[in-house]
Amino acid sequence: MKRRQIGLAVLSAAALALSACSAGSLGSSDEDSGGGKVTLSFLTDNQPETVKIAEGLAKDFTAKNPDITINVETRPQGTEGDNVVKTRLSTGDMTDIFMYNSGSLMQALAPQKNLTAVDEFADKLDDNFKKSVGSDGKIYGVPFGNYMAGAILYNKEVYDKNGLKVPTTWDEFMSNNAKLKAAGVDPVIQTYGETWTSQLFILGDYYNVEASTPGWADQYTKNQAKYATTPAAKAGFDHLQEVHDQGYVNKDFASAKLTDGLNKLAKGEGAQYPILSAMLSQLIADNPGTENKIGLFAIPGTDAAKNGLTVWAPNGLYIPSSTTGDKLAAAKKFLGFVASPEGCESLGKASQPTGPYAVSGCKLPDSVPQAVKDMQTYIDKPGASGLALEFLSPVKGPALEQICVEVGSGIRKSDAAAKLYDEDVKKQAQQLGLEGW
Amino acid sequence: MEARPRTSVAGPVSSGRKKSPYSSWFYLPAAIVYAVLFLVPTVTSFYFSLTRWSIFDSQFIGFDNYVTFFREPALVSGLWHTVVYAVITSGLKVVLGLGLAVLLTSQIIGRGYLRSVVFFPVLVSTIGVGLTFTILMDPEDGLINESLSLLGIQGPGWLTDPSYALLSVALVDVWKGVGLATLIYIAGIVSIPQEYFEAARVDGATAWQNFRSIVLPLARPATFTVILLSLIGGLRSFDLIWAMTRGGPGFTSDVIASVIYKQYQAGFYGLSTAGNVVLFLLVTAIIFPLSRYLNSREVDL
Repeated sequence: MKRRQIGLAVLSAAALALSACSAGSLGSSDEDSGGGKVTLSFLTDNQPETVKIAEGLAKDFTAKNPDITINVETRPQGTEGDNVVKTRLSTGDMTDIFMYNSGSLMQALAPQKNLTAVDEFADKLDDNFKKSVGSDGKIYGVPFGNYMAGAILYNKEVYDKNGLKVPTTWDEFMSNNAKLKAAGVDPVIQTYGETWTSQLFILGDYYNVEASTPGWADQYTKNQAKYATTPAAKAGFDHLQEVHDQGYVNKDFASAKLTDGLNKLAKGEGAQYPILSAMLSQLIADNPGTENKIGLFAIPGTDAAKNGLTVWAPNGLYIPSSTTGDKLAAAKKFLGFVASPEGCESLGKASQPTGPYAVSGCKLPDSVPQAVKDMQTYIDKPGASGLALEFLSPVKGPALEQICVEVGSGIRKSDAAAKLYDEDVKKQAQQLGLEGW
Repeated sequence: MEARPRTSVAGPVSSGRKKSPYSSWFYLPAAIVYAVLFLVPTVTSFYFSLTRWSIFDSQFIGFDNYVTFFREPALVSGLWHTVVYAVITSGLKVVLGLGLAVLLTSQIIGRGYLRSVVFFPVLVSTIGVGLTFTILMDPEDGLINESLSLLGIQGPGWLTDPSYALLSVALVDVWKGVGLATLIYIAGIVSIPQEYFEAARVDGATAWQNFRSIVLPLARPATFTVILLSLIGGLRSFDLIWAMTRGGPGFTSDVIASVIYKQYQAGFYGLSTAGNVVLFLLVTAIIFPLSRYLNSREVDL
């Protein structure tokens, strides 16, 4: 009895293995020979919002192109996900289409070697986005999602009650803060319980850096410009220190988390929160009815005439060079769909847009929250918005968030912090093998 | 945690008869596993610590990684924090563990229950403990500070104040680990022959004299085990610190292990490998002589 059971188990295991094999090969031979039906695999990260968008796009595309089916696969987010993408690309085992960051992280994939150029979509894309998926004059991806801004979200009701105007220079911002503090509201919300939220005064200030010293990103990449020695760049660290030294931050800044910060802002306990605009969707979901209560303005610099918004380009969809033949044609068709007004519509259906589209001809619906409209105003005005540093230079140090927490908590002064960050960045540049480091 | 028998167990060595190599083959599976999972990675990590490597390729750069690593400001403070952390946790575990063990070997009510209560935190997942205490220690609405405020005391930001963060984590580590130290001490105290205590009673010794002249010296092997285990644990401690503060605020509770982890996370694979080699050498440099010294003292007994 016992022996028979074992025999059965072995047999069924073998049968399973065999059938798995043959199912796979049968499937692919179907695709190659029969009726032009193609199945594409599509790798995206496992954030629920992203998966919803990816599956929405796949479904709407198949509805229009019944011959092409798209299977969405997921991978982890963050560095672990980076490793998955890099390993699969380097072994030629990537899915037919995949979603990944644009900007410096995409450059680290060695696009000339690993990706297929898709220049045919260039005229459909916004200039800022083209910069962030381009390499050597070629375009490698189409946008998956919306722009977001690193800016200051503010509570319009609190502003109105205290008779304040949106500031365009840092001095105006600080005098607003003084009035808010006198009125008993926390002027600036900081949430170091989640360390990444501490970086906005530096990263969201990049438009101002570029405005005062054009081409700074290039010099920075070549090791010719430093945070510590460029006053405009160091200003971000100075601002962070000033806000703390003047006592303008909320009392529980050291332990508060992102959600706490968003709720404080929505309830009017705090007036202003420097954060990524994409966090709006969470704010509105947690505090219904705040769509038009929250506005957005760019992080102010020294010159009111040169004030503008620092924006983050959306992630991209890419085709790896391992995709060929019918699949390549189908994959390009899918990318074409995503980079069209129909694609934008599908995107907006799956998830409430929290920023402008990067595809030309796509309009935001009128129902978007006030902060997104504020953002659109900056983007529509020529020259009033620019990409964040991480899309212009591959150099970004990993310890920036800890350094920012130190400055924002009064542990380290801004001068020392800027110097320390310059050292931190050096390791990244060396790891990437950049010249001049 | 296995308590290794200190005297090397001399097996039944068949003296006189020539030893057949046959039985050595039984070592092979264990040897292969050990080599594949431990020896090979250790040796290759020494090589890779001399390169700058990524998923795609590696480039030999000599000792640059070590130079960069030792120039890292976070590392210098991290080294100091590691030593402070190891000494504090190890010291407190010895003192508290011994005290609790003496208490729990005496005739008190509910001894069995109390023993399991003291040992219980050892069984709980470190991450779970870390997250729980992070919530308890929240400066605004954590249970600890709310209780203190009932007494009229304004509690500090346990994990958010730079001068307390490392100490708070160390205290939680002690809370979690003292049960194991107590267990080792109980075993040590129980194994002291009763004759000593009887003789002391005949001589009219007080409880303190009993403790000072019998328990303390004769529980010395247990003390050595506790010191070694807790010091090794403290030097390479990572999980609790990462769960509670992630080395923050800023870098004020960073230890070597968390510095290395952050470098790995940032993709500086060569640099973090070099860091691990440094950690390996440091732990060896502290523990090896200490263990030799403690063991030699034991023979003197």
